[in-house]
Formats: sequence, structure tokens, C-alpha cells
Amino acid sequence: MSITVKYFASLREQMGTGEVRLDTSAATTVGEAWQQATDGADLPANLLMAVNMEYVDAHHKVQDGDEVAFFPPVTGG
Amino acid sequence: MHIEIRTGQFDPYVEVSRYQRTTLNLPGQYGATAVFVGSMRDFNAGDSVQAMHLEHYPGMTERYLEKISAQAASRWDILDSLIIHRVGELRPDDPIVLVAVWAAHREAAFDASRYLMEELKSRAPFWKKETLPDRSRWVTRADE
Repeated sequence: MSITVKYFASLREQMGTGEVRLDTSAATTVGEAWQQATDGADLPANLLMAVNMEYVDAHHKVQDGDEVAFFPPVTGG
Repeated sequence: MHIEIRTGQFDPYVEVSRYQRTTLNLPGQYGATAVFVGSMRDFNAGDSVQAMHLEHYPGMTERYLEKISAQAASRWDILDSLIIHRVGELRPDDPIVLVAVWAAHREAAFDASRYLMEELKSRAPFWKKETLPDRSRWVTRADE
């Protein structure tokens, strides 16, 4: 199955891209998708995660076609 | 209940007045209007700041602001709320965010506006990048 992975702000700059497509197996979690997208990097402690624009944790399972986003703590307002 | 992301400058006081007259349109019913305006400073963490870029997650930001607006409306006895937030390139003194809440009485207006502002700051997907005289940097939570 295939998912879209998005990065924002400082993480987007570190990754050198705002969006990648990822081919994953069924029952992949958001945490596993992070590892797959980053060639095994540890999940940063303060990283925020969303699936289809709703906050989730690293154990959330992704579905085919999902939009998975990773970003640093927010600083709006 | 209305939320909006703006790419250009806005005058929060004109927005409050316009919303109150045209959209809210409940003359005589609200005894309290709580208004919070956040503006850009020209200093942060000991440095002079010349400009700022505000990034957001299009789609998720709007969804999140709608969600907290609905939560505020169910938790407090308020008549309406308005949130406007800037994105893009900002200069010092530019308004960044407006949160306005209308209610019959002040307690609900104060409490709901405080709630909206705190939820926005802690979870709405916006990120600030500052331009300093010699470099640029992403603002972190500890700086604010």
C-alpha cells in the first residue's frame, strides 16, 4: 500500500523536502512509517504526528492512501 | 463561529466591528465581547527581529481551529466566536492573531477566549521563522 508523508517547518528543511510517497506493508504504524521514511532514524521525543490531519500517536496504524504528517512543536499565535 | 487564515495584513479591530455588524448581528443580546490580539514583536530571546515567516499546515490548521471553536461553544454559554490568523511574511507590529468571543456575560467570554488562545498556541499547526540581522531561525517553544 502507499501513503503520503509530509514534513513541516524545521523538519521540512532538515529532510530537504515537504512531501514523499512511501510504499508500506499493511499494519504499519506511524512510528514505523517514520523509520522507513528516514532510513531508521529514532523518533524525536517532541515530534508531533498527524494522520489525515488529526493528531495521533506513534502506535496509530496507517491505511492505504493516508496522509501522514510529522512536525516540530507548534509556535503560532 | 468563524475561522480564517489570512495571507495579507488585517486590522483586527475593523474585523471585530464588521463581524459584529454583519455576521453576528445580534444587537442587544451580547453584554460581553472579549478580544485578544497577538502582534509581532521586534525582539525575541534577546535578539532584534526584522521580519517573520509564518508557516502552517493547510487543511489541518483550519480543521483544528474549527474543532476548538466548537469545543468552546459547547463548554461555555457563548453566542459566537471569531478567529483570524496570519500566515506568510510579517513585519514587526503586524497583527498575527485575533480571537474574539461574544457572550451575554463576561465570565463565559473571558474563559472561552482564553481557552481558544491557549489551545491555538499549544496545538494549532503554525510555525514561526524569524529573520534576525545576521541569520534566520525557527522559533522554539522555549523562546516564547
